Amino acid sequence: MKISKVAEILEAEILCCEELADSEVCSACGSDMMSDVLAFVKDQAVLLTGLVNTQVIRTAEMMDMRCIVFVRSKKPSEEMLELAKKNGMVVMATERRMYEACGMLYANGLNNYNK
Amino acid sequence: MSEQLQFTFDVNGENFTSAGEASVATKKNLRMLGYPPDIIRRVAIAMYEGEINMVIHAGGGFATVTVYPDKIEIILKDNGPGIADVALAMKEGFSTAPENIRSLGFGAGMGLPNMKKNTDTMTIESELGVGTTITMTVNT
Repeated sequence: MKISKVAEILEAEILCCEELADSEVCSACGSDMMSDVLAFVKDQAVLLTGLVNTQVIRTAEMMDMRCIVFVRSKKPSEEMLELAKKNGMVVMATERRMYEACGMLYANGLNNYNK
Repeated sequence: MSEQLQFTFDVNGENFTSAGEASVATKKNLRMLGYPPDIIRRVAIAMYEGEINMVIHAGGGFATVTVYPDKIEIILKDNGPGIADVALAMKEGFSTAPENIRSLGFGAGMGLPNMKKNTDTMTIESELGVGTTITMTVNT
């Protein structure tokens, strides 16, 4: 699925690196605990989270993720967006809650089993 | 002994926002050296977890990454309070991180086990009131 499609499904606003929204992603994960993302996630390209601090971007960077979706209308700081830009990560924000956002993406084919 | 490529970092313990900068730099260095992505990711995750721990628990410290022909070695050294019970600290879910750190998305008690999981060897030397040194290697 293209990152632009992720934004379309979630009615999300892309906040940085929109020029990379044509990239394909094939899996995602949702968590507010970065400890869990670091410990349990493997090869997921999209991170959905309601947590807002710079370590979210760093965690995604360590995991080679390409897109971060902030749920529940959370907005990242300028500092976070700068960090994401440096790493070529598409960042977007949606009003959807975590459960809803994950469900919508999964139902539209972004599941971890169709790789 | 042949000369090894070595990177050293001062991990600032006073700023949670900057935690991870040494791991980011290491990741970039290893990428430039041409290591495969899975090796780089394992080193980056183990080092980042360790760096976060140093900031949360020990007020920072020093990180040294040495590139050997057959492995990458990461040494994290701090002068923090030390780990009272290393075996207990290695258990998944055990954490002494304060509530404010948990609210930042860390302190789930997964750090040390995850460092072990992502490396081929890991040793912890810790003395109460003196500090902790963690040595990890990833075979290349």
